[in-house]
Amino acid sequence: MEKLIHDFSVGLFIWQSVIFIVLIFLLKKFAWKPILSSVEDREEGIRTALDEAKAAKEEMAKLKSANEDLLKEARAEREAMLTEAREIKEKIVTEASTTAKDEAAKITAAAHESIKGEKEKAMVEIKNQVAAMSIEVASLILKENLSSDANQKALAEKYVNDLNLN
Amino acid sequence: MTIPTIVGAGLIVIGAGLGIGRIGGSAMEAIARQPEAAGKIQTAMLIAAALIEGIGFAALFAA
Amino acid sequence: MEVVILQRFLNTNYCLFVMQNKLVGKLLLALMFVFTMGATANTHSEPAGLDEDARTKAEIKEGIDHHLIDSYEFTITHGVSMPLPVILIDNGVHIFSSSEFHHGESIVEKGGNYYTISHGKIYKTDAAGTITYAEPNSKGDVYVSNEKPLDLSITKNVFMIILMALFMFFIFKGVSSSYNNQLPTGAGRFLEPLVVFVRDEIARPNIGEKYYKNYMSYLLTVFFFIWFLNLTGMMPFGINVTGNITITFSLALITFLITNVTAKKDYWGHIFWMPGVPKPMRIVLAPIELLGVFIKPFALMIRLYANMSAGHIVLMSLVGLIFVFKSWLATGPVLGLTLALSVLELLVAALQAYIFTMLTALYFGMAVEEHGDH
Repeated sequence: MEKLIHDFSVGLFIWQSVIFIVLIFLLKKFAWKPILSSVEDREEGIRTALDEAKAAKEEMAKLKSANEDLLKEARAEREAMLTEAREIKEKIVTEASTTAKDEAAKITAAAHESIKGEKEKAMVEIKNQVAAMSIEVASLILKENLSSDANQKALAEKYVNDLNLN
Repeated sequence: MTIPTIVGAGLIVIGAGLGIGRIGGSAMEAIARQPEAAGKIQTAMLIAAALIEGIGFAALFAA
Repeated sequence: MEVVILQRFLNTNYCLFVMQNKLVGKLLLALMFVFTMGATANTHSEPAGLDEDARTKAEIKEGIDHHLIDSYEFTITHGVSMPLPVILIDNGVHIFSSSEFHHGESIVEKGGNYYTISHGKIYKTDAAGTITYAEPNSKGDVYVSNEKPLDLSITKNVFMIILMALFMFFIFKGVSSSYNNQLPTGAGRFLEPLVVFVRDEIARPNIGEKYYKNYMSYLLTVFFFIWFLNLTGMMPFGINVTGNITITFSLALITFLITNVTAKKDYWGHIFWMPGVPKPMRIVLAPIELLGVFIKPFALMIRLYANMSAGHIVLMSLVGLIFVFKSWLATGPVLGLTLALSVLELLVAALQAYIFTMLTALYFGMAVEEHGDH
């Protein structure tokens, strides 16, 4: 201990303390502050960049999920539309077929009716014509048959025979 | 420099050596057990060793 | 066995070297087992050459001591040295070159006062250069009792400190202005990670996020100052700045002052009235804690000083072994050992700078710690 005290030099102590304290302040101003602020700026920059990248990633994920949602929605919508369209189609088809059947039935019915009418008309016509023709024929035959008295007589007899049979 | 002084100095060195050795050994064990805490253990080890060393030096210079 | 060897060592030296050898001896005891073993072997094999042997060892000791202490000239190699200015404040300022002392052999007269160098320090003396010694103290150590002038000389250590301050200023200023697009160029690529290391591994965990920025300048300066000076200590020319008690005292004193000036209320509260402890214990703890306030920087001072001086002593003692053995057979292994220890010293240079800075940060952390939960 005494040796250490003996070794102690006041002059060296003064020099060392003064130079060292001056060095601290000089380095603080000219070196440590700029160096540390550069390092901090860089670290801050890296941190910001990383944060930004993370945020961008999150944004991307969000966008992606939003896209997917949208896609899903669109798909669902399409599905719904298709279903609806199919329903409408079916309805239309059903309706159309019903209408067509009805129409057809109606038409058929009308046709039947008209055919029936026509037929009746035709029948009436035919009957009339047949009657007319019959009369004509009859008249002709009569004219022919009755052109001679003998024939007239035979006929008359015949009728009379027929009548008798009845 | 007298013989008792030298013996005393020797004893101080032995004591401090044993103490620091124990600290170092325990720190090694601790690091082996928990390698992830190596940094913290190292700091604590240095501090403890430095304190013992300080006492050792103080005694050595007083001797 | 070591005791005997050391005793013999010490008896062969001048009385003043005795007290310098005290520390050297203790450190040798702790660290120089190899050396003492070698010396033991040597003395046993060559009992006839004891006197010459002892002289060689004394010369080695003197060489080591000369290397460790501050000096008034910058020795480049044996016999070639650069004189440095001597500044004495003693009834006026006397500035002259240290060459006037002729390596400590001459007495210099300035303003009616006579000065001489004795064991690396300037003392006031008379025209004849008389050196008086005080009575030996309880341990038998003897000190020069001559009056000392206020010595503000640019000694070797002051010279090195100035050089280092300039070096650090220009290199770090260069780093700060070398930033290009937020990235360092040149030396900054190597030094910036160290700056970040001091911030992230030393300051932040020990002081805490809230206050660490206030202490960064001191921590960085002290870290690089100690580290660089430790490294220059490993260079040739025998520069031993951080292994000087005055330097480490100054550094530890600044740490002590900053710690106590910036300390918060909680710090003093913990010292004088420890919370969470029974009252009688608090009274007992207060003086211990108060003592701790002084022991902490004291340990900082001693740790750095002892580690760096011990490193220098070990290395130089190993080199000295070559001359002790006087055999080319020993030179190879000794140089190999010296190389290995030099590598170890490079590690110690960084480690001691780290430990000093770390403990300083820790003390700062204790000073500003806030104990909200008590």
